[in-house]
Amino acid sequence: MLISPILPEKSGPEKTGAMTEATTRQAVMAVLVENEAGVLARVIGLFSGRGYNIDSLTVAPVDETKNQSRITIVTSGTPMVIEQIKAQLDRLVPIHKVADLTLEGPHIAREMALIKVAGTGERRVEALRIADAFRARVVDATTESFIFEMTGATDKLDAFINLMRPLGLVEVSRTGVAAIARGPKGI
Amino acid sequence: MSATQAPAAQASSAEAPATEMLSGAEIVLRALKDQGVDVIFGYPGGAVLPIYDALFQQNAIRHILVRHEQAAVHAAEGYARSTGRVGVVLVTSGPGATNAVTGLVDALMDSIPVVCLTGQVPTHLIGNDAFQEADTTGITRPATKHNYLVKDSNDLGRVVHEAFYVARSGRPGPVVIDLPKDILIAKGRYQGMPEARHRSYRPVTEPDPAAIRQAVAMMKAAKRPIVYAGGGVINAGPEASRLLTELVHLTGFPCTNTLMGLGAFPASDRQFLGMLGMHGTYEANLAMHGCDVMVNIGARFDDRVTGRLRDFSPNSLKIHADIDPSSINKNVRVDCAIIGDAAKILRALIAEWKASAAKPDTGALAAWWRQIDTWRARDCLRFRQATAAEAIIKPQYAIQRLYELASATGKDTFITTEVGQHQMWAAQYWKFERPNRWMTSGGLGTMGYGLPAAMGVQIAHPDALVIDIAGEASILMNIQEMSTLAQYRLPVKVFILNNEYMGMVRQWQELLHGGRYSESYSAALPDFVKLAESFHAVGLRATRVGELDDVIGEMLAVDRPVIADICVDQKENCFPMIPSGAAHNEMILGPDDEAPKGRGQPGVTEEGMVLV
Repeated sequence: MLISPILPEKSGPEKTGAMTEATTRQAVMAVLVENEAGVLARVIGLFSGRGYNIDSLTVAPVDETKNQSRITIVTSGTPMVIEQIKAQLDRLVPIHKVADLTLEGPHIAREMALIKVAGTGERRVEALRIADAFRARVVDATTESFIFEMTGATDKLDAFINLMRPLGLVEVSRTGVAAIARGPKGI
Repeated sequence: MSATQAPAAQASSAEAPATEMLSGAEIVLRALKDQGVDVIFGYPGGAVLPIYDALFQQNAIRHILVRHEQAAVHAAEGYARSTGRVGVVLVTSGPGATNAVTGLVDALMDSIPVVCLTGQVPTHLIGNDAFQEADTTGITRPATKHNYLVKDSNDLGRVVHEAFYVARSGRPGPVVIDLPKDILIAKGRYQGMPEARHRSYRPVTEPDPAAIRQAVAMMKAAKRPIVYAGGGVINAGPEASRLLTELVHLTGFPCTNTLMGLGAFPASDRQFLGMLGMHGTYEANLAMHGCDVMVNIGARFDDRVTGRLRDFSPNSLKIHADIDPSSINKNVRVDCAIIGDAAKILRALIAEWKASAAKPDTGALAAWWRQIDTWRARDCLRFRQATAAEAIIKPQYAIQRLYELASATGKDTFITTEVGQHQMWAAQYWKFERPNRWMTSGGLGTMGYGLPAAMGVQIAHPDALVIDIAGEASILMNIQEMSTLAQYRLPVKVFILNNEYMGMVRQWQELLHGGRYSESYSAALPDFVKLAESFHAVGLRATRVGELDDVIGEMLAVDRPVIADICVDQKENCFPMIPSGAAHNEMILGPDDEAPKGRGQPGVTEEGMVLV
């Protein structure tokens, strides 16, 4: 297996074999794992032990017959670090497959949030109006509060939550990102 | 009662047919036997009593009783590194498991295949803070390649076989199997060796032909090439070392080995430049710095090798062959990566080199060798030993004489070390001609490694000469194993270079911390001669040059464990040295170096000071 031989820039003054500081990027990793005790601890321990970032992490069983779970991790780092994270995940024994969805073409990334907003009068009406524009659903209501359910890309959720802040935002519960590649092929 | 459900009382032997119900402990031993295990290193305790009871009732597997669980793991490492087989450890729950952790991390860092069985409190007590309970799988998760907690006796056979597969496949490493006591007592069915491939762990061993072609094209175009080979070649078996030698001879390239790779290429060969890195030779490090094509086989660009990354071999194209994809582009960005087993990669490189039509630039290679020979002429490992009988012994001289006198015995010789100056001198002055003869703690740098490792080597090679080259500080970290040597009549030779200092700490304090020798003096040392005698071993001492050969001669002649206390020059430093955070071409050479310094002594930078 040839690990894509990324040729270093050998023209400029930075000409060196060593790791150079590059700009960081965000990556969405899809990780197919054996559904067994300790597997999530291995993944999280790898990130904390090696100092990688976890921006979001979700996990759930996806195939009962094969006993497999899928972990979606949003992480950030230099391209070098992202490549290293993928290789490190791949060598954990109970891990079947690791895909860097951000590198492997277009993908869909969604998360769900439950957003509680309390208020009365004009603020309450305004919250409902914005929720409607964002296609958030009302899943619970009292005379002085709403709980909105909203699914979408992370930045859409961020935007909505920011708008709710002055309108009486109480608390937010987010699932973290679930992601899958576009097109007919699986991981 | 059918034959397949015979009562366990009749099925006490590990020879029982596979369909029979066995106790968990019997299943474990049966699986070990089927894996070809002949010896395990261990220490009993409450949680593993069922296994010790089953061990008592069989003769296929020998148990070596160590005196501390850390030593059990190092002994298994010594066994594994000198034989190429998986080392096996058996310890109890709680403190047994936590004591083993240092050994496990040592094996992880140096990629040594070890299977460690740990006892555990019964399943219904797990999580209750029971007596001698520790979260062993939690603690050892980052200390092992993989670990298991078995919760059903029927799984034991499968898990043990899987553990051996994981420990020795791909990049080898330690594997822990945590065994609750009730699982060891309960009856279950033994499942033999699995035929199917592992569900998820399938390391790549066959190299990609395109990568091989790309590598050979780069090698053929090289003007100043170098082969940099590491422990991966040793781990791939003796055939890989033979193939490395063949490739180096075929290409005419210079070859350097890492600390872990010593013995992969014969040290007496003209194309060998010695070890590279922080205490590597002048010629090896300058050749690495100045090369235009670097062929890394089974080494991992460790910080002890690269020095300051920014200035590491700045003008070379780098080929990196490794079985672990995560080693690629981890520290140093490479231009051609080959994933696979070192022996298979070397075989493919040799075939492609012969098949490819391109002609190597022999003129440039000859010029490169002339340059290397001028570096070699600096004779960077030279030292001055006063010859008067009363003179103080230089540590380098002690190792040189040990090497010469041990070689003269004609015995197959295995060297282990502790960690520090003596370790570096051993690496510099011992000439390893064959793989698997050199056992040292490279990655973790574990003081106290050498004596138990030597024990494991001697168990595997009862007729060989096994020497632990030690320092007086390191040896005290696992000195209790002298008792194990006595019990099993293991004639291990402990050769202590005694300078009454933690020498490498003292050297750094001298060079980097203004000579403030904070806590590095080995105060209140024992009398090592009397200590040896109290452990039923032979104690010898040399304090003057005139006594050295006699002491070494007697040590080699005695067929018993020996401690030779060699009192050496306290102020000697280990050179050459690349200070932390410096580049390969900023080496400090010894005080005896007469040639003009290339760039003068490098200043120690703030950046370098924080590095270890």
